[in-house]
Amino acid sequence: MAAMMPLLSTKGLSCAFGGLRAVDGVDFALPCGEIRAIIGPNGAGKTTFVNLVCGRIPASSGKVFFEGRDISRLPAHQRVRAGIAYTFQITSIFPGLTVLDNVAPAAQRPSARQVAASGSSRERALHALEEVGLGQYAHQQAGHLSYGHQRLLEVAMGLALRPRLLILDEPTQGLSDGEIENFIALVREIGRKATVLLIEHNMDVVMALSDRITVMERGRVLAEGNPEEIRADQAVQRAYLGA
Amino acid sequence: MTRAGARNLLLHGAVLVLLFALNFVLPEYHRGILSRVMVLAVFAMGYNLAFGYTGLLSLGHAMFFAAGLYGAGLTIYHLGWSVWPAFGAGLLAGGVVAAAIGFLALRTTGVAFMIVTLMFAQVFYLGTLYFTTYTRGEEGLILPQASRKLELPGAELILTDPAVRYMTALTLFAAVLVGIFLLVRSSFGRALVAIRENEERMRMLGYDVFANKLLAMIVSGVICAAAGAAYAVLFGYVGSGFAAIQYSILPLLWVLLGGAATTLGPLIGTLFMFYVIDIASGLTRAHLLVVGIALILVVLYFPKGIAGTIRERWLRWLQ
Amino acid sequence: MAFGPYFLLATLEGLVTAAVLALTALGLSLVFGVMRVVNVAHGEFYMLGAVLAWWLASLVSGHPAIGFLLALIVSPLLVAAVAFLAERLVLSRLKYEPEATIVATIGLLYIIQQLALTFYGPEARPVRAPFDMRIALPWFGYSAYKLSVIGMAVLLMLATWILLTRTKIGLLMRATQSDRETALAFGIPVGRVYAGVFALGAGLAAVAAVLIVPTQQAHYLMGLDPLLLSFIVVIIGGLGSLRGTLVAALLIGLSDGIISMFFSPTLAKMLATLLVALVLVFRPQGLFGTAMR
Repeated sequence: MAAMMPLLSTKGLSCAFGGLRAVDGVDFALPCGEIRAIIGPNGAGKTTFVNLVCGRIPASSGKVFFEGRDISRLPAHQRVRAGIAYTFQITSIFPGLTVLDNVAPAAQRPSARQVAASGSSRERALHALEEVGLGQYAHQQAGHLSYGHQRLLEVAMGLALRPRLLILDEPTQGLSDGEIENFIALVREIGRKATVLLIEHNMDVVMALSDRITVMERGRVLAEGNPEEIRADQAVQRAYLGA
Repeated sequence: MTRAGARNLLLHGAVLVLLFALNFVLPEYHRGILSRVMVLAVFAMGYNLAFGYTGLLSLGHAMFFAAGLYGAGLTIYHLGWSVWPAFGAGLLAGGVVAAAIGFLALRTTGVAFMIVTLMFAQVFYLGTLYFTTYTRGEEGLILPQASRKLELPGAELILTDPAVRYMTALTLFAAVLVGIFLLVRSSFGRALVAIRENEERMRMLGYDVFANKLLAMIVSGVICAAAGAAYAVLFGYVGSGFAAIQYSILPLLWVLLGGAATTLGPLIGTLFMFYVIDIASGLTRAHLLVVGIALILVVLYFPKGIAGTIRERWLRWLQ
Repeated sequence: MAFGPYFLLATLEGLVTAAVLALTALGLSLVFGVMRVVNVAHGEFYMLGAVLAWWLASLVSGHPAIGFLLALIVSPLLVAAVAFLAERLVLSRLKYEPEATIVATIGLLYIIQQLALTFYGPEARPVRAPFDMRIALPWFGYSAYKLSVIGMAVLLMLATWILLTRTKIGLLMRATQSDRETALAFGIPVGRVYAGVFALGAGLAAVAAVLIVPTQQAHYLMGLDPLLLSFIVVIIGGLGSLRGTLVAALLIGLSDGIISMFFSPTLAKMLATLLVALVLVFRPQGLFGTAMR
């Protein structure tokens, strides 16, 4: 039974702003170890959905389960401690601090899992920077990094938390083709250790990375399947891909 | 320790040694001023923790200073407590007031936070006037000379003696400086700076932002209360003027002038302002005019303050 | 004496307070609404208005109405000019960054206060009312001038409202308020509009002070109370909401008049300030308007 239990699941998760139901009764399940992409047209409720999952905005109704535990009432910072890391759609770093000091808060906060982790918090921070390839910039001021590097720094902050689930909100937006290729390799590497939930517009990235894809439209789940199934799905093509 | 760390340690040690040596060379008048400056610099350091490091621009820190002042002053004057427990009462009063105000005011941010703290401080100030039976309001209380003695094992320090007063002020100043020095290098101190820089990001790194800010407010409040309590026992006067709006503005000015989020900035700013006013009062009675002009000049031309500018231009390692 | 006369007197006094407060708070609200900055020196513009009124009235002899009228017209203009200069020389250079602006206006507060002390002195001095008449009410006579203050305040607020809603200047202000960037793109001189709004806000405080000096004396420390009361009004009313400001001024003015008639004024002020701070904590959008950020 335990093997069947998804890492993350939601039941009837909804969020309304005024009269608009941005997320409307979403039932969602994400097994451990998967790389999952959420796609859908603008305004489909993708970002709102992951914000509900990580607790940045309160749900109007419905529940969120993480590792089988109901976390619907936990504030955002406790969900992070439980193992959910979120990287912002709009780059959100500490521009006045050094690159290393950006990652340090994530590496130094002691959580149950990190006590077991090896090395000092400084080593863990450096390690996260090396994982994304920013090791050489550790002592630069973060605000002076290029945009692509700032996006990587954002990911490094997520990695330093050693999450069970890493949520990436449009990580490749604004990156060059070369940077995107490196990024795909990076996420594959991350996928070996953590479950990844990815919101992405670039279909090449989605097809290259994801084990399964969830398609959202108007706050609801329209379809779900592996990349081939989604590519073949008529409803998805009508709503989103081609027509 | 890193090289920058060693340099900072050396510099801060040198400042303390210099302050110690000044006791023996300064003329009486200036030694008196410096005693007062060190106590008020403690107030400024407490304010700096909230404003400089955590980014909480409070306009109500006079109430924490005054909580310490009255906590110590009233227990000495009315209950006949000796200095140690009275000082403890001052710290406790500051901590309790800071916890309560922080719990409420930290629900707001930005301009609303400034105005809420200003208003709570105004309530505190009006309270010191309303309970005039105990506080004697603006006129204030003069603590009896006999009560201002510090009991130590095997000794008794007469706090009215200028040299003892100077050394006591220096001891408090040194303790708080060392405390702040360690605090800002700790993970808690770094977390506060990161919260100032990007609060939402810290939340999403698993930090309880509210709890961290509240703790910063309480530590800040207790430090300010320590300055207030020390002021009461060292200078023997406890009046509601110290709870007035002006005493919320002054630490802001001292910290801005000296350099926000620098460990030595509060001392530099307080010292500088004291002497500017001292010199100006030879020319004009309107010393608040000097304060007003200084505030405007600092925000216009010198937003990083003295130590902040030195750090930016020359000494990048300065803490 | 029975409860009735006290209550009537308290209500009348409260209405006068409310009228003057509404004008003062309107100025503060306008500045916040358009420029999104909090002017801590607002109370000092009020004080400056009162002090200048005394000075101007003392320049002329003859019937007191001449001096009062001179003060009513010239004092707000002078204060507005001071505010205009302060805006151009200081606030505009701070790019209206909210926290720096508050610190700078605190500086302005001290400067104005100390200059008033230096040139006007520590005394409290009255301006003679333009006319001296009492209106007979059921239990007592009441100053006709005080009643006329209410009328004049209403007229002035009406004039401000017309200025804001019916004139080109008002249109510019509203355009700047709703979207600064777009206003700039359309060639609206945003800088001058800001300076104008700041001057208008200060002028409103000054004119309120001129109205009140015949009944309360001019003093260099008189600015703090109107500042705090205006904050209270603007917060309760919701920052930037004109209708909220008026309702809140009426509420605060009346309750201030009635409460301080029956309780210790210090206690009344304490409780009112505490209450308003709590409103701001738990309902930052005020009781009527939009949130302050």
